[in-house]
Amino acid sequence: MNTDMSKTENKKNRNGETSPCCCAEAEPHVERPPCCGPPATVGGGEINEKVPGFIGWLSTMTGRVPRISSELTINDRFSAWKLRWGIGRMSAVLPPGLYVLGKPERQDPVVVTANYKMSYDLVRHALAGRNLWLLVLETFGVNVWCAAGKGAFGTEELVRRIEKTGLSQVVDHRLLLLPILGATGIEAHKVEARSGFRVRYATIRVDDLPEYFDNGMVTTTAMREMTFFMRERLALVPVELVMSLKKLAAVSLLLFLVPALMGDPGAGAGAVLAYLGAALGGIVVVPLLLPWLPGRAFSVKGAVLGLAMVAAWYLSGISRDVTVYAKVAAFVALPAVSAFHALNFTGCTPFTPRSGVKKEMRIALPVMGCAVLAGVVLLLIGLIPRQ
Amino acid sequence: MKGFRYLENVATLRFTSDRCTGCGRCVEVCPHQVFEPAGEIVAVVDRDACMECGACRMNCPHDAIQVDAGVGCASGLLHEWLRERNLSSSNRSCCS
Repeated sequence: MNTDMSKTENKKNRNGETSPCCCAEAEPHVERPPCCGPPATVGGGEINEKVPGFIGWLSTMTGRVPRISSELTINDRFSAWKLRWGIGRMSAVLPPGLYVLGKPERQDPVVVTANYKMSYDLVRHALAGRNLWLLVLETFGVNVWCAAGKGAFGTEELVRRIEKTGLSQVVDHRLLLLPILGATGIEAHKVEARSGFRVRYATIRVDDLPEYFDNGMVTTTAMREMTFFMRERLALVPVELVMSLKKLAAVSLLLFLVPALMGDPGAGAGAVLAYLGAALGGIVVVPLLLPWLPGRAFSVKGAVLGLAMVAAWYLSGISRDVTVYAKVAAFVALPAVSAFHALNFTGCTPFTPRSGVKKEMRIALPVMGCAVLAGVVLLLIGLIPRQ
Repeated sequence: MKGFRYLENVATLRFTSDRCTGCGRCVEVCPHQVFEPAGEIVAVVDRDACMECGACRMNCPHDAIQVDAGVGCASGLLHEWLRERNLSSSNRSCCS
């Protein structure tokens, strides 16, 4: 249960409607990773003493269940930090199944989450000091929201996991507590019809779970309201940056080599710096300043920022030795570069509908393309030696 | 969602009030408070806040809600368009 976000492409599902997964609905009874999404291509395996936070076994009607600690070790915290930078993605998975926190009785609640290490860690840490059952679904190391979008955190897997763990023999009640962001993949009425367990959506954020339990398992308005605070946006920036590195490097190389081959490596270096500044504006600054940048369209927000950056560069006097062609090229092309990267941030936000992004792309991409092309042409004209 | 609004009049959300029984599942699952209880049934009170996640449609037991659910991700859509035009064989999305 967390608010990590990543996005997927869409295909038609068996209902003939778009679903944010390219394959999860195709063979719902087959346990295998979704064909899209982060490169977590392995399942979680079998539960043993090596599961994160293991402190012992609890005997139940259907066999032993691992008791886990709510304490996060330095390694747990370090691995979470690395995951924010996109490192260790393949090993951020744990075995699906039933776990316990504290010493739950048969009437204690069942909380459902994904087998993404960070989701699991956040849940067990937030629920310190409580007695409950934790049903971990096989989402192939993908967080709840993304897995729900792909169908992995879905009705089929939930019903299957209830059966595999023998949950109905372990607890007396028939109630499951799910994260609200998991609802994208779950059909609660079908889960109840097939398993006998009622689904109740608890909170969006894992941090609200303690208050949810203290509140008598009643969801307040604030608990079901999406937020996108500065710290939440900041948490998404590192992985966006890492994922952009290859593209940034490739474009930078091209921007340096062309002027260098035409005899002006200095112009190439300048072009690379300008490009990287504009790109980083879109990747890093736009997410941080998102609510304050003018416009609703992300490309407009990015273009405004890019334009402001170029204007600051021009007015600072650093641009004194740059040709007129290069100056005009900067004003034309760099806002488009910032706008493109800002547009990419739509995939990380929790409020941009697919229809809206499509509409924005249809309008913005041709404009950006023309602006970048014009900038390149101007740069090349400026590089032609004058008589 | 406080402090954030995206484009208006784009969401594909369609609500058939005749089918609604007022169970409140849509109110429970919508992270943007698009629905609110209205007497015996519910009503769409903020369509432009809809992010088309599809949670309401999935959890409506009476098919009262339709939405072209998907993920609003420019990078993912770009890859999708490139694949459709056979300009890319990559199966990657914006998050991989």
